Amino acid sequence: MVLDSKVPSGPISEKWTKHKFDLKLVNPANKRKFEVIVVGTGLAGASAAASLSELGYRVKSFCIQDSPRRAHSIAAQGGINAAKNYQNDGDSVYRLFYDTVKGGDYRSREANVHRLAEVSVNIIDQCVAQGVPFAREYGGLLDNRSFGGAQVSRTFYARGQTGQQLLLGAYSALMKEVKRGGVELYPRREMLDLVVANGQARGIVVRNLVTGEIESHAAHAVLLATGGYGNVFFLSTNAKACNVTAAWRAAKRGAFFANPCYTQIHPTCIPVHGDYQSKLTLMSESLRNDGRIWVPKKEGDNRKPSEIPEQDRDYYLERRYPSFGNLVPRDVASRNAKDMCDTGHGVGSTGQAVYLDFRDAIDRLGESAIRSRYGNLFQMYEKIVDENPYKSPMMIYPAVHYTMGGLWVDYNLMSNLPGLHVLGEANFSDHGANRLGASALMQGLADGYFVIPYTLGHYLATHKVEDISTDAPEFKEVEKQAANRIEKLLNINGKRAVNEIHRDLGLLMWDKCGMARNESGLKDALKKIPEVREEFWNNVNVVGSPGSFNQNLERAGRVADFLEFGELLVHDALERAESCGGHFREESQTEDGEAKRDDENFCYVAAWEIDQDGGNPILHKEPLEFEEVSLTQRSYK
Amino acid sequence: MSKKINLTLKVWRQPDNRTSGRFEVYPAQDIDTDMSFLEMLDVVNDELEKEGKDPIAFDHDCREGICGMCGCVINGQAHGPDAATTVCQLHMRRFQDGMTLVIEPWRAKAFPIIKDLAVDRSAFDRVISAGGYISVRTGAAPDAHAVPVPKDSADQAMDAAACIGCGACVAACPNASAMLFVSAKVSQLALLPQGQPERDQRVVSMVSQMDSEGFGNCSNHYECEASCPKEISIKNIARMNRELTRAGVRS
Ligand SMILES: Cc1cc2nc3c(=O)[nH]c(=O)nc-3n(C[C@H](O)[C@H](O)[C@H](O)COP(=O)(O)OP(=O)(O)OC[C@H]3O[C@@H](n4cnc5c(N)ncnc54)[C@H](O)[C@@H]3O)c2cc1C
Ligand code: FES
Repeated sequence: MVLDSKVPSGPISEKWTKHKFDLKLVNPANKRKFEVIVVGTGLAGASAAASLSELGYRVKSFCIQDSPRRAHSIAAQGGINAAKNYQNDGDSVYRLFYDTVKGGDYRSREANVHRLAEVSVNIIDQCVAQGVPFAREYGGLLDNRSFGGAQVSRTFYARGQTGQQLLLGAYSALMKEVKRGGVELYPRREMLDLVVANGQARGIVVRNLVTGEIESHAAHAVLLATGGYGNVFFLSTNAKACNVTAAWRAAKRGAFFANPCYTQIHPTCIPVHGDYQSKLTLMSESLRNDGRIWVPKKEGDNRKPSEIPEQDRDYYLERRYPSFGNLVPRDVASRNAKDMCDTGHGVGSTGQAVYLDFRDAIDRLGESAIRSRYGNLFQMYEKIVDENPYKSPMMIYPAVHYTMGGLWVDYNLMSNLPGLHVLGEANFSDHGANRLGASALMQGLADGYFVIPYTLGHYLATHKVEDISTDAPEFKEVEKQAANRIEKLLNINGKRAVNEIHRDLGLLMWDKCGMARNESGLKDALKKIPEVREEFWNNVNVVGSPGSFNQNLERAGRVADFLEFGELLVHDALERAESCGGHFREESQTEDGEAKRDDENFCYVAAWEIDQDGGNPILHKEPLEFEEVSLTQRSYK
Repeated sequence: MSKKINLTLKVWRQPDNRTSGRFEVYPAQDIDTDMSFLEMLDVVNDELEKEGKDPIAFDHDCREGICGMCGCVINGQAHGPDAATTVCQLHMRRFQDGMTLVIEPWRAKAFPIIKDLAVDRSAFDRVISAGGYISVRTGAAPDAHAVPVPKDSADQAMDAAACIGCGACVAACPNASAMLFVSAKVSQLALLPQGQPERDQRVVSMVSQMDSEGFGNCSNHYECEASCPKEISIKNIARMNRELTRAGVRS
């Protein structure tokens, strides 16, 4: 099958404008006749649902949490990029486009990235008009900060709570439409499957998480904005309910899953400190501006950090990358930390941590200057670790943070399954093999506010989408399958807790398919994942009844899907024998141990087709063509 | 340094909204003091699940104190003993070996219990939907710098906007009043130039929705402020009262 990306022709800076004109429109009176399902209320889903309702579509909005305002987007800290050039420091749409393509290690689609950079400026306008309280300067204008991978200051922020404020803005737009009657809210609903009729995505089957009822919802189009799959590793910085279920179910119904092996490992997180640990906490990347990263030179040196003199410390990033030092990109910093720990230089009770030390910065600038820059982060660290980072260095370790892979979509954000559109972290489209900081929030809102309102109309105007009711056999069949699966989960009656098996999977994924990957490890994982899955289906205990509020059952369903999806992720990692961005194959490195791309053989999007059981993956390649940016090897020496 | 402690939990168990509830006692053994409070509940639940018993239901998601999903009352205090801390950020080193912890859901007429510690806070969504927004269509916004906002107003608006909507203020209030929650949103939007056109109508309709949801009155106990994990100030309540008066005078 040929994957048609539908990228419009013409010069890159005119593609989107031209495309918007070429798209067919639905006349205002007809929009009311169309129903649209939006699954997810994060930045992508909430902005899409609100904007489509404003246009006149009848929207149904679904989320797992008790309120749309609690989607995982709420947790984003640092900021959102936009090419406003308010700082007069040389930023432009083209520069943001260029930085993003390069940051993604040349594995994203140029045209999508350019459009993202173009609409970034409208996002900030929209959010300000909604009352998002961005940080401001004394003159009353917006303030900016700098983020990794860029030499300009283009990041807008609201203290350390940018995601929260942007999401509350999108949520308020959504609630305005609820009041107007354009959006119907369905919180505490989990999508269990996608319903396809006549080759088109026509609805979803959900479980009402309060009553346990299985419900069907039909529509003329389905939008998934269900976030990323980082929790396949069990431990990640993602919220606990983040899952792959919606995307995976869609994949089993025929939507292709693209680049699942592209996962981002963030270098500065609070390390794992016990078997009971339920999630990991991010410490903002900004700390690397003033903190120095080091480990003891001697293996297994367990003296207190304060007792380790200068000559016994190895500031390994400064040593290996003299020009970027502690500010190397995320993937490079993460791999080096792992390397240090693997060779016995790790610190802390588990040996799986490195120091991030502010001693020199405090000596130079004084404690109060450091407090004013990072006070809230230091406080959060102290709350979790119970150590004062002003007195002794922080201990940090990389953790899974974001997933660049996702369902394959064309330029219109539609998957290969007609009618199924995918937005936000759930699609694969804009970040290639590595996402730059402050670009996920931008992408979610770009997709929801400024792309889908145009492209969805085109789909509806150019396809014949017959009316369908939830009594149709297609819905009944999927409902039956969903109910059977729940029944099956509740009847395993084994001896282990769901969390325990999820943790087993996570450890295996992290070990074999985490920061560094190699052929034999990946092959080993492909042997072991089915064993963990077997163990789950034979020996887990899921208690309670189907017809009630049952969190044990919710978790079990999500873990069951991770156990299938994890295998595809590893499969993709094995197939991609090059290193690029967050995907590091040990076999493919430069002489100094850096990631080495193989543009000749791997300059494509890997879109996987799977069968109804989630197995037998077939690879479809979308070749990536670079007309604007020339491909180079990254170097940070 | 972390150590192990043993605790006794007295937890409110209630299967659903139609059935009455009661306290059940569970031992929490060998609890590492580095655990968060919710991780402690995870450990207890894993054991219950393995024995085929129904685990304790509690809402949670981000576990970073920002989504507002978690919340319960521990020994009479909403979100437990630490100031400015949600239960997901509360750590077990805060408790001593041998203690008994009484764990209950938010209790308020407007927050019906769903199961055990999980409650229905959809009343908050309905209050926001009554007017907690600025009516601007996507695409209709002027340039972000068209209207400068004094830094001080922006900062105060941000202080109010930090609310996570967890409901602790309602749970802590003897009258189960939602004034802190509602006033935080009213204040944020009243402080910004963008919020002016709908200012009067907004406060009137949000307060009227709040009243119809069954939240109680504010009689100045200040428990809401004390329990708020985001330190939302009761000054917002005073501001909301002024906003109401203003709207009344003008209409
Ligand atoms: C700690 C942290 C900090 C971050 N900081 C930044 C930052 O500073 N800048 C930046 O740009 N990015 C940041 N990111 C990344 C960014 O926050 C996310 O990529 C982005 O918010 C994802 O938005 P989304 O709308 O795609 O999905 P989400 O916000 O994850 O929303 C997913 C939605 O889908 C719903 N859902 C999921 N599955 C189902 C299902 N089966 N049925 C029904 N509903 C379902 C959920 O309920 C939710 O409403 C950060 C991420 C983390 C973890
Ligand atoms: S779980 Fe999100 S605030 Fe506690």
